[in-house]
Amino acid sequence: MTTLTAAEDTRPVRKRPLSPSRIVLHAFLIITALLWLAPVAWAVFTSFRPYADTAKNGYVSFPHSLSLVNYRTAWSQADIPLHFWNSMIITLPAIVLILLFAASVAYVVSRFSFWFNVPLLIFFMAANLLPQQVIITPVYEMYLRIHLPTWLSESGLAYDSFIGLIAINVAFQTGFCTFVLSNYMKTLPKSLTEAARVDGASVTRQFFGIIMPLCKPAFAALAVLEFTWIYNDFFWAVVLMSSGDKRPITSSLTSLSGQYFTDNNLIAAASVLVALPTIMVFALLQRQFISGLTLGATKE
Amino acid sequence: MATHVAPSVEADGTPRKGRAVRLSGRDRIALALMVGLPLIVVGGLIWFPTFASIALSFTSWDGIGGITTAKWIGTENYQQVATIYPGFWPAVRHNLIWLGYLTLVATPFGLFLAYQLDKEIRGSRFYQSVFFLPVVLSFAIIGFIVQLVYSPTQGLVNGIFGSNTDWLGDPSINLWAVLVLVGWRHAGYIMILYLAGLKAIDPALREAAAIDGAGEWHSFRTVVFPALRPINIVIVVVTVIEALRAFDIVYLVNKGRNGLELLSILVTNNIIGEASRIGYGSAIAVILIAVSIIPIIVFVWNSFQESEQA
Amino acid sequence: MSDARPPSPGSAEASHTRLTRRRLIVTGAAGAAAAYGLSAGGASARDLSSSLFRSTAAGTVTFGSNASDPVPKKAYANVFKAFAAKTGTKVDVNTVDHNTFQEQINTYLQGQPQDVFTWFAGYRLQFFAQKGLLTPIDDVWATLKPQFAPAFQNASKGADGKFYFVPIYAYPWAVHYRKSVFKAKGYTIPKTWDQLIALCKKMKADGLTPIAFTDKDGWPAMGTFDILNMRINGYDFHIRLMAGKERWDGPQVKKVFNTWREILPYTSDGALGLTWQEGAQQLLNKEAGMYMLGTFVGQQFTGADAKDLDFFAYPAINPKWGQDSVDAPIDGFAMTKKAKNTKEAKQLLTYLGSAAAENIYLKSDPNNVGANKGVDKSKYNATQKKSAALIASSKHIAQFLDRDTRPDFASTVMIPAIQQFLNKPNDVNGLVSSIQKQKKAIFGS
Repeated sequence: MTTLTAAEDTRPVRKRPLSPSRIVLHAFLIITALLWLAPVAWAVFTSFRPYADTAKNGYVSFPHSLSLVNYRTAWSQADIPLHFWNSMIITLPAIVLILLFAASVAYVVSRFSFWFNVPLLIFFMAANLLPQQVIITPVYEMYLRIHLPTWLSESGLAYDSFIGLIAINVAFQTGFCTFVLSNYMKTLPKSLTEAARVDGASVTRQFFGIIMPLCKPAFAALAVLEFTWIYNDFFWAVVLMSSGDKRPITSSLTSLSGQYFTDNNLIAAASVLVALPTIMVFALLQRQFISGLTLGATKE
Repeated sequence: MATHVAPSVEADGTPRKGRAVRLSGRDRIALALMVGLPLIVVGGLIWFPTFASIALSFTSWDGIGGITTAKWIGTENYQQVATIYPGFWPAVRHNLIWLGYLTLVATPFGLFLAYQLDKEIRGSRFYQSVFFLPVVLSFAIIGFIVQLVYSPTQGLVNGIFGSNTDWLGDPSINLWAVLVLVGWRHAGYIMILYLAGLKAIDPALREAAAIDGAGEWHSFRTVVFPALRPINIVIVVVTVIEALRAFDIVYLVNKGRNGLELLSILVTNNIIGEASRIGYGSAIAVILIAVSIIPIIVFVWNSFQESEQA
Repeated sequence: MSDARPPSPGSAEASHTRLTRRRLIVTGAAGAAAAYGLSAGGASARDLSSSLFRSTAAGTVTFGSNASDPVPKKAYANVFKAFAAKTGTKVDVNTVDHNTFQEQINTYLQGQPQDVFTWFAGYRLQFFAQKGLLTPIDDVWATLKPQFAPAFQNASKGADGKFYFVPIYAYPWAVHYRKSVFKAKGYTIPKTWDQLIALCKKMKADGLTPIAFTDKDGWPAMGTFDILNMRINGYDFHIRLMAGKERWDGPQVKKVFNTWREILPYTSDGALGLTWQEGAQQLLNKEAGMYMLGTFVGQQFTGADAKDLDFFAYPAINPKWGQDSVDAPIDGFAMTKKAKNTKEAKQLLTYLGSAAAENIYLKSDPNNVGANKGVDKSKYNATQKKSAALIASSKHIAQFLDRDTRPDFASTVMIPAIQQFLNKPNDVNGLVSSIQKQKKAIFGS
């Protein structure tokens, strides 16, 4: 029914003539999109309603007043700035380390033919696929026994330290990025590094000087993905961080569920605040993100 | 240090397999670090604990007082789990239902969305963002949304339809209620993965199929889908792993009880928290590992084959 | 605990309250200096203040707290303010949300716990004492003993007879109702089981849910199990059952479940999907007539509704036992084995056990009853007075199922078991035999 020319796929979205099937498609997509947004929109709507309003009229009702009171309360009661800062302390270094480690392993595996390439890839990729609960006790016990200098960890142990959380996230996520990057690096022409090697460049020179800059698109995509995953992590923080004021932001949501009193509107506001960074990151970097995913998904 | 140059031909004159490599001593150190450091981190924090969990599953230990207080009891934990633990078989059933749902409903829907959005329509970027939105939300938030939507007295669903169904408290329906929102998230995830794959298909391929005069479904089935084999593998594995890893949403709804039991929940309930039955929980964890290993091996085997063919 | 904390940007309500402490002490001291007639030049007043407090114990003690709700959190803050003013010892608080604190307790106590932490009496206390994770505080109790009734003293001891715990308050579980509803419909308070059933029938005919009932969280239903067991089989059997010394598939436990089944038709629909707050709402909105819960349910009632709220002791079932027992969990504090500032910790514990501290706490959080004999009962509201009377008149006080038995049994066996019972109330035999098998596996016999 439609013909595709090679040029079409490189052009940005263009208007197509409205055939009946297109109208149906659009209708379907619009309806689905609205349904898709409904739960989130509902949470956002609830967040703007004061508790007294919903206590009196129920949640499914027209608002008698809308205000930002829940946001103000969530901000201070859940200590959002502090916990957001904690999340950044954990997430940002973790991303850097993950990408560094993954790129290193991917480089070795894609540029050299060592006997251990495939086992190594398996080693890393499989690590990423295990459920978290499977390793929690030994990790916890280990963390209690690993002593660290106080400039690295306030508590003197790997337990209840930022570096401990960074480390476990790095270990857990490196596999996925290794996989993606090794596929990506395989697509980089060998001639580049050949030339450098013939010129006598060392491995580190090749790696940092040639490969890494070429991987920027992949790094951008992976950084967005990893930011989302690590920032949203809930499990590791709850288990390995005992100090309330060092916990990242997702666990601060549970702090708003009181022992005696749960204010859903307040939690809705807090949820919106917690979700904003990931939504913003994704919104701003969507294109890089999608193109980056292409890299790990296909092989030549 | 001395440099080593591998000869590019064997002793009998046949070309040596692999590339000829000239590696200086400094290069060796660099390579060793590049592989070694990640190896230590992942090995020490993932693989060592995994084997430790397997070992612990044969002990009875309450986690207090150091590992020396653990008592070796052989397969007793496994026997108890399989025979007298009321939550175990329901959890297995629920994980299987979760897997079935993701495989038969959520993933295909994600594929469907991806295929439609790939058609270059107006606003496809907008739709993309909308459908992907639940994926960037933390499970903590999604768990909360589940409560907001399904609460019998204060929830959206009962409010709109005027019903008072006990969505989350009735064990015969609460899993399905939760799965609706799980699918909401999973479909978006699959959609993005698949979109990426679709965009990478050689347009000439699709052009050829279109010229053949074949219908849309026919060309999808015979041309597009097979061309996406690598991404298909990824999607199958992601689907299976997500089903096995399912934990957060259910935990936040009701700690995974009363119809929402899952294997990961059982592990957590026994290990973390005051229960602290480390050996027992580790046995359930090992069962989880055993089941997860299968898709992992499938995936790895396929990737291995792909890289051999490349 | 450690000195190098990262700066806490943002609100003063951060659990890290050191800055506020210091400012308060200096301001208080400057005031004291002025009172001594010294010229209040800023520097000299501060010098005097620091020397004044240097002569008393100028240390720090760390406090692990599960009081994450704003009301108890503030109440504790007031107590610590008074403590610091009295002794000069600063209290460094680490607050973790209530549920997480409890769940993490094993890892917490073995990791890097604070010196003193909030905890509960009962087996939950004795378990950790037995594992050597707590410091015995017999010396603290030397001064505290005369201030507490025997029931509270016993609740503070470990299985080895040593003291490990300092109580601060308790709250009983009882059947709550709205006085206005009872008056309007002419209901009378039931004293026996038959009277209760009759009342339920009347309420149902009047269009009310007779007994609000919620068990989404898993623990509220334990209150009903406890009280039925104590009413039917007596306190001693109940405690022995909790300690794993009795069978679960015997006739006594079966009788408890069978009796419970009689009342299930009169309880809230969809109980397994309702949180206790929603149950309180049912009582508040006059949709339900009664609600068996701890007195903390009062936190959901304000103003005129609070005045309308009342409770009565659960009806008697077996005349042999009457209404002699009550579930009245006791909250308090213990000292970790790994405590670093032991002197200051014991100082804090002594203060926390005092009537003065309890008075300060209860002023901000008035839903509980002070444990100390000398607490100021004249300030009690109606609920507190009744609660204190109920506890005082009970021969036996239990701590609630999940505090009286092993934590792994309570959470992994009993919660699912009770939920199973609520789903299938007719299969009691199957239920109790499953519980017995698991109990054997956990307790070892």
